[in-house]
Amino acid sequence: MILSRGPKLCNFLEWRGLKVVYKRYASLYFCMCVDADDNELETLEIIHHFVEILDRYFGNVCELDLIFNFHKAYYILDEVLIAGELQETSKKSVARVIAAQDTLIEHAKEQSNSLSNIIAQATK
Amino acid sequence: MGTRLRDMIRSIRACKTAAEERGVVAKECAILRNAFKESDPDYRHRNVAKLMFIHMLGYPTHFGQMECIKSIAAPSFPEKRIGYLGLMLLLDERQEVLMLVTNSMKNDLGHTNQFIVGLALCALGNICTAEMARDLAPEVEKLLHSTNSYVRKKAALCSVRIVRKVPDLVENLMVPATGLLTDKHHGVLVAGVKLCTELCQTSEVAIEHFRKHVNTMVRVLKNLVISGYAPEYDVSGITDPFLQIRLLRLLRLLGNGDADISDTMSDVLAQVATNIEGNKNAGNAILYECVQTIMAIEAIAGLRVLAINILGRFLANRDNNIRYVALNTLVKVVSIDTQAVQRHRTTVVECVKDSDISIRRRALELVCALVNETNVKVLTKELVDYLKVTDPDFKGDLTARIAGLVQKFAPNKQWYIDQIILLMVEAGKYVTSDVTRSLVVVISNANALQGYTVRTLYRVFQAWDGQESFAQVALWCIGEYGDLLVSSENKLEGEEPLTVTESDIVEIVENALKDSRASSATVAFALTALLKLSIRLPNSADRIKALILEHKGSLVLELQQRAIEFGSILTKHNDLKGALVERMPVLDEARYYANNAMGIDGQQTTDIEALEPHANGHVRQPNAIEKPTAAAAAAAANLIDLLSFTDEPTTLSNSSGNALLDLLGGGPMGDANSASSPGGGDMFLDLLSSDGPAPLATTAAVPLEGLLDVEPIANTSLGNSSLNGGTPKGPPAIVDPIANISFGNLSLNGGTAKGPPAVVDPFADLTSTAMPAPASAPGLPSIIAMQTNGLKISFDFTKAVDAPKATVIKASYSNLSSNIYTDFVLQAAVPKFMQLQLEPATSGILSANSSNLVTQVIKLTNNMHGQKALVMKLRVSYKVNGNNVLEQGQVNNFPAGL
Repeated sequence: MILSRGPKLCNFLEWRGLKVVYKRYASLYFCMCVDADDNELETLEIIHHFVEILDRYFGNVCELDLIFNFHKAYYILDEVLIAGELQETSKKSVARVIAAQDTLIEHAKEQSNSLSNIIAQATK
Repeated sequence: MGTRLRDMIRSIRACKTAAEERGVVAKECAILRNAFKESDPDYRHRNVAKLMFIHMLGYPTHFGQMECIKSIAAPSFPEKRIGYLGLMLLLDERQEVLMLVTNSMKNDLGHTNQFIVGLALCALGNICTAEMARDLAPEVEKLLHSTNSYVRKKAALCSVRIVRKVPDLVENLMVPATGLLTDKHHGVLVAGVKLCTELCQTSEVAIEHFRKHVNTMVRVLKNLVISGYAPEYDVSGITDPFLQIRLLRLLRLLGNGDADISDTMSDVLAQVATNIEGNKNAGNAILYECVQTIMAIEAIAGLRVLAINILGRFLANRDNNIRYVALNTLVKVVSIDTQAVQRHRTTVVECVKDSDISIRRRALELVCALVNETNVKVLTKELVDYLKVTDPDFKGDLTARIAGLVQKFAPNKQWYIDQIILLMVEAGKYVTSDVTRSLVVVISNANALQGYTVRTLYRVFQAWDGQESFAQVALWCIGEYGDLLVSSENKLEGEEPLTVTESDIVEIVENALKDSRASSATVAFALTALLKLSIRLPNSADRIKALILEHKGSLVLELQQRAIEFGSILTKHNDLKGALVERMPVLDEARYYANNAMGIDGQQTTDIEALEPHANGHVRQPNAIEKPTAAAAAAAANLIDLLSFTDEPTTLSNSSGNALLDLLGGGPMGDANSASSPGGGDMFLDLLSSDGPAPLATTAAVPLEGLLDVEPIANTSLGNSSLNGGTPKGPPAIVDPIANISFGNLSLNGGTAKGPPAVVDPFADLTSTAMPAPASAPGLPSIIAMQTNGLKISFDFTKAVDAPKATVIKASYSNLSSNIYTDFVLQAAVPKFMQLQLEPATSGILSANSSNLVTQVIKLTNNMHGQKALVMKLRVSYKVNGNNVLEQGQVNNFPAGL
């Protein structure tokens, strides 16, 4: 549906009584489906907000980044939206939180690596 | 151990064909399944990730659900993280497995690590079910008071979902939510405001509660608007537009319906509206929300004007998004302030022609809301012009709207007819049948315009392009008003003269008949039109007959039937032709619209269609049966009105509409028939009444040919002997045969069934019959059932003691005038809950001046004895001095207790 639309047309579509708001970034389309009474312009802003955060995290995000790191993209999404609602308007805060969680994972990995090393050595 | 996540993704992406991809995925799934079975903890993280990827591609992954749950239960953070993500992606609230995580979630909600708490809240907020929500609500509520803003923020949004799932919990959350409003952290504020909004949407109590805190909200909003540059929350020059928008929305909910509250917020609204610049999307988003809020609350006039001006600016903006948004809002505004919106009418009409379909749709809706009596002509013209160039999927919608508008706002009937004709020509196949039907109704009501209409249709028909609905209406009109075409009667001022000869008319109908694009329905219309024309255009009768008979061998049953029947009318029954094809009765407009409004249009239309060829005396049994009837009673009432061409005010309500249905099938036989045939068909079936009595003899049986759906049988017996009271008397009943038949095995005045047929429209007979009064029973006084200038009918009642429901009425007729009445026939009709049986009268001749008394026995059974009183309608026909006389009346004065 969206792919068939021309470039100059407006970014809103009506579908099954709901609205689909989409924004195009190069070859990538970001779509959000919202209720009929939601503010469409704001939805566009939310999409942009999310994309900017992604950009900041991955550094010049491109499509491949998202494909190979989809789980990370999801983690970021979970920090931006819950229950379909925006939870954090500050990009810096989101970035900070994600960074903190990443560090946690790093630590845990290191720990498990060292643990398995010890075990492996112990059982050798 | 399997491949790394990255490698798997790469290998899937490298597949050239779908089959190849399926192969790779299948292999990976197999490895995953094994891994899950072995419950390998080391690579669980990777496996779940792989599973998610496969799921995103669209393959089934239910085997991994338990793995996610195990992951969540694991103590380490990375596993939990991936487990929760897997949970959110692979499961949804409909899966029963979800229940199993409730306990893990509970533990996680109490965890010390804020991120783990965050994970749990996130998952809960995204996919929890109602039960889970109820179970975990207390924990979430506790977290709302947490000192950690990160946790508070998530807890707030999680509560939003909880409220959505379990509205009862609103009360618990009101107070904590209020606390959130004073928070310093924007994230918490955003979430908090959203929670408050959700609470207000769910319950009135919440609205009351939060109204007290409006000032806080106004203050926060004001700070946002006037604050300087804040780098953390800035979006294209505006400080935290998201928060502003949410606040505006909350204010909207609170101000709606309360003037005081609306006052407190009008300042800040005005400030927002004026300060924000409109060239960035963020700014426009805020303005949009602001405008919506202003229109929804009880704002002062100045504020409203401000809002509408903003909308006007939006409308003129070149950005499609903005225009879309403006059109959307204007639809809501129109109902409040039409004048202001009218100013922008031209712009809106331009938008209807925009290249963007979303904008077109919005504009169309707005235009339809804007139409009123003054501008309807202009707007309709624009819309119809546009109809010619629009693309097909939009055409249907547009046509329906135009038709609706025209119907509602037509200043005069002529314009209305013109527009619909135009519409049919332009968008023939999108014009629905109710539009054509209402057109027909209007035409039949507008006597003065009939000539004009048929002439216009004729002109346009010559350039016919295959549109079916148009053809049908045109053929119908030509058939009905063909004579007006030739004679050019009723010319309106300024109408061009049109010379049409009879052969022209026949030719055009012939062309329609022979055109390969004509559907069988259209051909059916054409045949009927030809029949009508055969009367109205006497010179072309032969040609018409030939045309009709051409279809005798048609493969479509309907056409064949019509052709044969019409043909036989034309050949054998010239004398009856005139009566049969009189002008259609005026279809009752008011009732039609009322019924349409009731939504039984489907029913109505089938009946009118059934009537079209039928009302002129032909009843086609198969058609009558085939029409399924939904609202039988209402339809029947309509039918009856349509058919009852008498001036007698119909005292029928819906229930008595049914009464008449059974009227035609008074006796038990009638019931059998009405049981088998639905609604409108009842009428006709009962006409044919009888379980197929053999058709009456030829002469009188003319209308019966159609009635009985068989080729005319030249026999004379009435088959069902009771019709004639046992003995078929000489020439078959020449009395209006339908009247006779309608009583099936009721014995009618067989003996008196002589003489010329009633020249009344047969259907008129359906509405009433006359019922003479028998001698009275002890305790049951006799009544005068009917008394007119020349006739007195009295009833005497007898009741058997052991059969309280049955009554025997002895009807006595006496002739009060000084002329002899011959061929006296009485017919009676009773409501559904009664049954009627007429015995033959003692004589059909009433001598003058009451010198002889004719009696007739009527047996009546009241199935609702004790609940409903008897009522009866009578109709008497007789001949006096060579004239046929018809009288009718209703008997309401039955003694109680019958």
